[in-house]
Parts: sequence; C-alpha cells; structure tokens
Amino acid sequence: MEQLGFFTILFSAVFTNNILLTNYLGMCSFLGCSREIKTALGLGTAVSFVTAATSILNWLVYAYILVPFDLVYLRFIVFIVVIAAFVQLVEMIIERVSEPLYNALGIFLPLITVNCAILGVSLFMVIRNYTFWQAFGYGLGAGLGWALAILAMAGIRQRLAQRSRIPRGLEGPGIALIIAGTMALAFMGFNGMVSLN
Amino acid sequence: MSDLLLAVGILCAINTGLALLLMLAEAVIVDTRDRSITINDTQIVTVPGGRPLLAALKDRKIFIPSACGGRGSCGLCKVTVIEGAGPLLATETPWLTAEEQKSGVRLSCQVKVRRDLRIRIPEELFAVKQYQAEVATLSDLTHDIKQVTLKLLDPPEITFTAGQFVQIEVPPYALTDEPIYRAYSVASDPCQPSQIELEIRYVPNGICTTYVHKHLKVGDRVTLNGPYGTFGLRPTGRELIFIAGGSGMAPIRAILLEMARTQNPRPCRYFFGARAKRDLFLVEEMRRIETELPSFRFIPALSAPDPDDRWEGETGLITEVVGRHVTNAAQAEAYLCGSPLMIDACIQVLREKGMPEENIFYDKFA
Ligand SMILES: Cc1cc2nc3c(=O)[nH]c(=O)nc-3n(C[C@H](O)[C@H](O)[C@H](O)COP(=O)(O)OP(=O)(O)OC[C@H]3O[C@@H](n4cnc5c(N)ncnc54)[C@H](O)[C@@H]3O)c2cc1C
Ligand code: FES
Repeated sequence: MEQLGFFTILFSAVFTNNILLTNYLGMCSFLGCSREIKTALGLGTAVSFVTAATSILNWLVYAYILVPFDLVYLRFIVFIVVIAAFVQLVEMIIERVSEPLYNALGIFLPLITVNCAILGVSLFMVIRNYTFWQAFGYGLGAGLGWALAILAMAGIRQRLAQRSRIPRGLEGPGIALIIAGTMALAFMGFNGMVSLN
Repeated sequence: MSDLLLAVGILCAINTGLALLLMLAEAVIVDTRDRSITINDTQIVTVPGGRPLLAALKDRKIFIPSACGGRGSCGLCKVTVIEGAGPLLATETPWLTAEEQKSGVRLSCQVKVRRDLRIRIPEELFAVKQYQAEVATLSDLTHDIKQVTLKLLDPPEITFTAGQFVQIEVPPYALTDEPIYRAYSVASDPCQPSQIELEIRYVPNGICTTYVHKHLKVGDRVTLNGPYGTFGLRPTGRELIFIAGGSGMAPIRAILLEMARTQNPRPCRYFFGARAKRDLFLVEEMRRIETELPSFRFIPALSAPDPDDRWEGETGLITEVVGRHVTNAAQAEAYLCGSPLMIDACIQVLREKGMPEENIFYDKFA
C-alpha cells in the first residue's frame, strides 16, 4: 500500500470513508441523539476527542505490547478496556475543569464507551497496518466525520420537525433512517478521491 | 501452556495498570473536599464532595426512599434542593413534573455534591434507618398467615408510631436474582422498641411471601428499613371505625394495643372480615382488649362460613356488615386496611353513611 500522509488520511476519513455513512458504525447514538443540533454538537465533539485519543493509545498498546508478545488476538478485549478506562478518565477531568461542559456532555460520555465506531476505528487501524501518525490522522478524521454526519442529520431533523408533515408511519427512526440512507448516497459522491483500503 | 499464562498475565497487567491509573486519577482529579449539606435549615451535615447526594446522605444515616439503588430508574429518591445543585440533568427530567422542576425537586441519586447544599426533606425521613434483625419466632396465625417476630440487633431499637410499616429486604434466592423490598405493617405496640411483629399472608408464587413462608427459619438474619408511612390514629376524639381483612389486621392491631395501653376512651368498633373460621385469628386477644377498653367492640364477620364452623356471629361481606351496624357516620372517623378492592368498596359504604372523605384513612396493601 502506498504511504498516505496524515492529512490525506484525515480528509478521507471525514469524507470519502466516513465511518458512519460508509461503514454504518455508531448508528445507535447517531439515531438516538440527533434530534437537536446542540446535543449533536456535544456528542460529536466528545466522539472526535475520544476516537483521536484512543486510536493513539490503542496503537501504542498494540505496537508495543500485543505485537511483541504475539498476542494480537487479544486486541478486541484490550481495546475495549482501554477505551472504557479512557472515557472514565476524560469524564473525571471534564467534571473537574468545566462543570458546564460536564453537564452538557455528562450523559453522553458513558454512551461513548459503548459506541461501536470507537472500537471500529481502533480495529481498522490495525487491519490496515497504519503507522502512528496515520493512526492518529485516521482516528481524528473518523471522529470528525462522525461528528459531521450527526450534525448534518440533526440540522435536517430539526428543520423537519419545524416545518414538515411526515407520514405517521415514518415518524422518528423511520424517517431518520431514510435520511441516513440519502446522506450516505450523497457522500458516495466523494468516493474515488482517496481510498483507504 | 506458557502462551496461555503469558496472555492471562499480560491481560491482567494491562487491566491492573488501567485500574491503578483510574484510582490515582480519582484521588488527584476528583474534588473530594468536604461540603456541608444544610437540611431543612436545622441540621448541617458534612460530607466529602464528588459523590451523589443520595449516597452522601445514606452515609450520614439519612435514608431517602430508593428502589433502584441509585441508577436513576425508579424516580423515588426525590428531595428538594434549594441551593447548590446546578442545572437539571437529562437523566432527571423524565421523573419530574413541570411543577416539581420549578420548585427545585431533584433526584438525589443524580445530583452530585459539588458545592455546599441546602436541601429540604420530609421530617419523618430522619427517623428512617436500616436495621439488622434476627427472626425470634415464626408462628402460624392461620393456614396462610404467619406471625414473624423480629428482634432488632443493630441498631437495637426502632422508634415508630402505630400504623407505620417497614420494608424488608429479600436476598436473592430461587425466585429473585436481585434483592427486593416489600412493605409490611408493624403489628406490635410501639412501646416495645426492641422487637417488631409482622403478619404476613402467603401469596402463591409471591417473591417475598414465599421466602418468608417457605425459607425463613428462627434465628435467620433479616435486613429491614423504616419506619415509613403516615397511617395511624389522628388525635381528634371522634368515634372510630376500623375495617380490615386478612393481614390488614396488622396496623390496626398495633393501634389497638396502644389504645389499650394508654386507656384511650374514644368509642371504637373494629370490623374484621374473613371467609371462614379458619381465616380468623387473634380473636382472643381482641376479646381481651374489649375487656380492657370498655368503649371497644370487636366485630368479626365471615363471608363464607363452613357448616362445621358453627358460627353464630356476623355473616356476609364486610361491606354488608358495616352497612348493617353503622347508621350515621357523619361524626366518625374510619381506618381501613387490606386489599385495594375491599378498601374501595368500604369507602363507598362509609360515604353513603355520611362520612366525609377526609375522615377516611387507609393503607392499601397493593
Ligand atoms: C403500606 C403497605 C403495607 C403492607 N402491609 C402488609 C402486611 O402487613 N401484611 C401482608 O401480608 N402484606 C402487606 N403488604 C403487601 C406486601 O407488601 C406484598 O405486596 C405482598 O406480601 C406480596 O409480596 P410478594 O413479594 O410475596 O409478592 P409479589 O412477588 O410482589 O407478587 C404479588 C402477586 O403478583 C403476582 N405476580 C408476581 N409477579 C408477576 C408477574 N410477573 N406477572 C403476573 N403476576 C405476577 C404473584 O403471583 C402474586 O399474586 C403491604 C403493602 C403495603 C403497600
Ligand atoms: S434511586 Fe432510583 S431514581 Fe434515584
């Protein structure tokens, strides 16, 4: 594989290989928390931060512990534990440093622990043999891409709620899934610019 | 083999490292400086900061009712926070009405103690404690009602008023995976603070009653908390009408024992409903109270007496019996205890006899 640079990976993780719209990871919180732009922004920021940081941490753990000891098959369980611990740590720090941010993010942070997109990022990064910087770029990009997707979704849903008459049977998750599908189609337009695989 | 050990070793090392890191972070980062909580403007307790209010109060032996153990899923642990709680959290809003939100009601398991707080809680919660007790006696009152005497060990005494109930904890066993709590009225006189008596009717497949009837033995330990509730004699001097069925006897018995001890002169009648003679219990004790309290009459009634019972007392549904005995209830006060169906039917009859709704008090065993 040709060596992609940090920014190329970052760009493609946001647009051409958006983890939500091309891999369908992180769907549950995407559908659950995309009713308002404010919450979507909060959750999106938190996810971006956590994916970026945990991709680095997991890369280090993988490269310096699991590979040397020939234990790569333990990556699922180890990655999950690292993510869970990291989220707890972040929660503590935010609570101490900024109470308003904590109150805004408070309930989303524990949600992130169970967000499959975060684990997905760490797993993709080892499958694709990323270097440290590539992993960081991918982690940050995937998070930002997820944030972009949920923000766009929240924007659309907020509008819909204000001025559209949606058929009964499609209200709520129904219309949200249709929008997600349309958004995924739109993002396919970016395909071919850069490929990560 | 050595591969396996290595894998387990590394995994344990990583987990231990992370756990240590978190503990260290908690010690360094979390603000645990002491905070003061002013309760009802009268009492001030000091607690370490950073913990949920519910847990902080529990450590100071103030028990707020809670059924979910602080997960924010029962909505029971409400307290009014006047100052210092911070903004309402998304986990609380589903449990609070608009009015409660406006007046500062919060879920104490969700509010963290970060600043000094001023809160308001119902006065009677100060008296609620958790008790360890030992089963002192277990006896059959009828074929399906057991009397359980619990001797309190720690704390050794409980202060309650006649009519109140306690919650007993059922540990996980065949019918339940997690501890559950059930309410039982105290049937003994409050003047005996070192032990309480409960009258527990067996409910087929009921979690708690099966535990009590089939598993509990003399000498077993039981955890309970309380006392709760506002059922109990109002000091008005009006004529009294008690109505109970089955284990609804319990709180009324406590009230009557107290009345007998204090020689309460208020005129009172106690209508006790049962199906057949085998469902009647404590009749002798009631007759004894009749001799001690000249103004008291015990009126047991059977709705379906057995021919063998050779019953000469009242028969019929308890509502019919009350209807026959009570002519004008406008000046009387009624205390009812038992199943919701029975209570609703009795309220109907009492209203027909002219009793104002506000003079009818009841504990529904639902
Ligand atoms: C203030 C108060 C005071 C009380 N005082 C007394 C007292 O002094 N004495 C007394 O005997 N009781 C009293 N009770 C009632 C008592 O608290 C219990 O409700 C009662 O004993 C039944 O408890 P249990 O755990 O055995 O039954 P539970 O397990 O709660 O079951 C109750 C009934 O529901 C049925 N049931 C259970 N689970 C299901 C299900 N999943 N689907 C369908 N049906 C189900 C059971 O078969 C049973 O018929 C009091 C209640 C209150 C509120
Ligand atoms: S204890 Fe259940 S909601 Fe707080």
